[in-house]
Amino acid sequence: MEAFVHQIFSGLANGCIYGSIALALVMIYQATHHLNFAQGEMATFSTFIAWALIQRGLPYWLAFLLTFGISFAAGVLIQRIILRPVEKAPVLTNVNVFIGLLLIFNALSGWIFDHTVKAFPSPFPQESALKTAYFSAHESGSFLVMLAVLLALYAFFRFTPVGLAMRAAAQNPESARLVGIRVSWMLAVGWGFAAAIGALAGMMVAPSVFLDPNMMAGILLYGFASALLGGVDNPWGAVLGGLIVGVLENLLGAYVIGTELKLTVALVLIVGTLTLMPSGLFGKRVVTRV
Amino acid sequence: MPEASLLEVKNLHAAYGATQVLHGIDFGLQSGRITTILGANGAGKTTTLRAICQMVRTSGSALFDGQQLVGKATEEVVRLGVAHVPDGRGTFTALSVDENLRLGAHVRRDKQRVVEDLERMYARFPRLGERRHQQAGTLSGGEQQMLAISRALMLRPKLLLLDEPSFGLAPKIVTEIFRILRGINTDDGVSMLLVEQNAQLALELADRAYLLETGRVAVSGTSRELMANESVRRSYLGV
Amino acid sequence: MSALPGSHDQRPAKWVWIAGALLLVAALVLPFLVKNYRVFQFNLVLVYAIAILGLNILTGFNGQISLGHGAFYAIGAYAAAVLMDRVGMPYWLTLPFSGALCFLLGFLMGFPALRLAGHYLAVATLALALAIPQLLKYKHLEHYTGGVQGIVLVKPDPPFTFRLLDQPFSADRWLYFFTLAVTIVMFVLAWNLLRGRVGRALIAIRDHPIAASAMGINVSLYKSLTFGVSALYTGVAGALGAIAIAFVAPDSFTFVLAVALFVGLVVGGVGSIPGTIAGGFFILFVPNIAESISKGLAGAVYGVILMVVIYVMPSGAAGLVRLITGKMVRQGR
Repeated sequence: MEAFVHQIFSGLANGCIYGSIALALVMIYQATHHLNFAQGEMATFSTFIAWALIQRGLPYWLAFLLTFGISFAAGVLIQRIILRPVEKAPVLTNVNVFIGLLLIFNALSGWIFDHTVKAFPSPFPQESALKTAYFSAHESGSFLVMLAVLLALYAFFRFTPVGLAMRAAAQNPESARLVGIRVSWMLAVGWGFAAAIGALAGMMVAPSVFLDPNMMAGILLYGFASALLGGVDNPWGAVLGGLIVGVLENLLGAYVIGTELKLTVALVLIVGTLTLMPSGLFGKRVVTRV
Repeated sequence: MPEASLLEVKNLHAAYGATQVLHGIDFGLQSGRITTILGANGAGKTTTLRAICQMVRTSGSALFDGQQLVGKATEEVVRLGVAHVPDGRGTFTALSVDENLRLGAHVRRDKQRVVEDLERMYARFPRLGERRHQQAGTLSGGEQQMLAISRALMLRPKLLLLDEPSFGLAPKIVTEIFRILRGINTDDGVSMLLVEQNAQLALELADRAYLLETGRVAVSGTSRELMANESVRRSYLGV
Repeated sequence: MSALPGSHDQRPAKWVWIAGALLLVAALVLPFLVKNYRVFQFNLVLVYAIAILGLNILTGFNGQISLGHGAFYAIGAYAAAVLMDRVGMPYWLTLPFSGALCFLLGFLMGFPALRLAGHYLAVATLALALAIPQLLKYKHLEHYTGGVQGIVLVKPDPPFTFRLLDQPFSADRWLYFFTLAVTIVMFVLAWNLLRGRVGRALIAIRDHPIAASAMGINVSLYKSLTFGVSALYTGVAGALGAIAIAFVAPDSFTFVLAVALFVGLVVGGVGSIPGTIAGGFFILFVPNIAESISKGLAGAVYGVILMVVIYVMPSGAAGLVRLITGKMVRQGR
């Protein structure tokens, strides 16, 4: 019984990571109706930057904040320079661009930081108050950090004027322009946030899975599965979807099929959700006018 | 006594992609006045308003308060003091009534007066006040129209563009809305450019009128002149 | 994407026939002018061209985005390998089996794909591409797939030997001609199919699915069949690749391959049949060149070139050729 409960909690901890990536994906999707395939590689690259800063001797939390800021800025720049020209282009073109970004970031990670697997420190000391019966210190710590970020994001969108403007721009860009919102910049800020959240997820997951250029590939897929499961236009759904996927992954891995087929599980989840529940558990049903 | 010309449009062309819709129209609006643009479906009325807001490809000249609008981004036109109530109302349906109104004041810096204006809107439109935290998409047609107009007014605009405010609404509600519009014009001095299919109501409200036919100005004059015009009466007033 | 330029209703211009004939002669003589290894590489160019053609049928002509064609390539390759190694089937017989298996799987994949479009389909196929190598390593299937080590095959001998231009007719050269023959057959079949009614139906489905349906095209059936045929092509390519390389292993068929096929499609020109050959050249030679400049650079080079093509020359190499020949034709007038 205890092992079962432990699997669930461990799944929830992983689920936080998946949920964060899912959230980043949903943020971009809500604003642009595009899925950012490069999200994982961008997160990995950000984590490498954090690693490099720590190697240079910076204290963890300073490196953390700097990486957060750099990722945000990079996200904004990428939207402004690379994505704006293809905003109105067909889907295939956008998919191309995202794949291109994926390739470039992956290669940059490998080229600048080489392919040896690196250890990434956890800011949460092993034997601290954070350690509980079911969560390791790092798991609790990540969970709390994620929660804090999610709440901050929620507050930002719900209570600040900029957050309101961003929500408006995502829902109805034309009306948003008519009240003077600079919609293009709102998209850029959305990208900035998504990049920053991705960096956060990377830094939280790296201590457990170790840092190398392909760290996030499987996690990205789980992020997609979570976003789709939760309803790709619903941020809360993304987070919940992540938790569900995390727990499912662990339970299936421990009791049903072993841990070697994780990506196949993701595949089945994705295809299953898309076929049986296209708007996910919490998404809005979209009816297109013919 | 010539009043200040708030909006002066000369030789305005507009196109959707390769399709030319406006073929060089001229019209004007005096400060504090109401001008209406009439015409049948497809005449280019909605396009005219969209052209002023730079939502379509335009060429020609549109001087607003001395500033050239052609070539600016929509967001910049709004910042000059032009508020557009689009056809279909353009409400943020997933957001609350209150959030919609606050978005109307997005470009304003005077926070305190925004709060005051918000309360004034609720006082003027009690039905919106009752529903201030309700999702805008759940409002009735008439309420959404009031919301759209209020949102535009939250900008404290110099010029209010209205695209078919009577569309799809019951006659009683339309009458009420037009009464409110007159009040906004006389009490707050907001200039208005009104596009309407309902020529009768529009001519009763407006001072000047322009009749568009296939992207060109066919008739122009004061409302009284148009109301007396034989062909206008026959084609658009059903008299 | 609007209607394809150089629509397949028109008969190709005379110069196309001449250029095609010249290329064919070149292709026939080339193996005897270069060393074995180069011949092997040209063989792979053709293999990738067929694979890209498969992807082109689905994504270019029918608008269904697939990031997972690496999976079908892998399945085709493994099917051939298992049949050759475990069953003892002669190599040339494995092609129809690989093709049929992949057609079936592609057709089945077509059903959930019906519900998906654009990004969603891309994600689902991406998942497929990532899952396949893992599945191939799965220990319960090791008996068939050879697990992580894969399966080592025996390169077939040529059925006869001779010397031409002082070069022997080696195994590599024989396989090259074998692949070339298969390539020609498959390309001609595809060209015929796509230039006629079927091709127009596919394009109609891509651009105006609702209108197509209203005109009586059974959209669901067409889309699933297209998936199947597309998978068949890529599967046969996989089989040919396995035969030429004489080895299959899960790590040969990772996401990198799926992305490479996609990049080859875009660079060659989406919706262009001859473009697939350019695409094949691209994905075989560019990584080698990039790696020789700096290790790990291949991915970045791919990415950058992909972006450049998208922004500067969206119709890929084929578009470039059309542009140049269009200019020449106009100047000739």
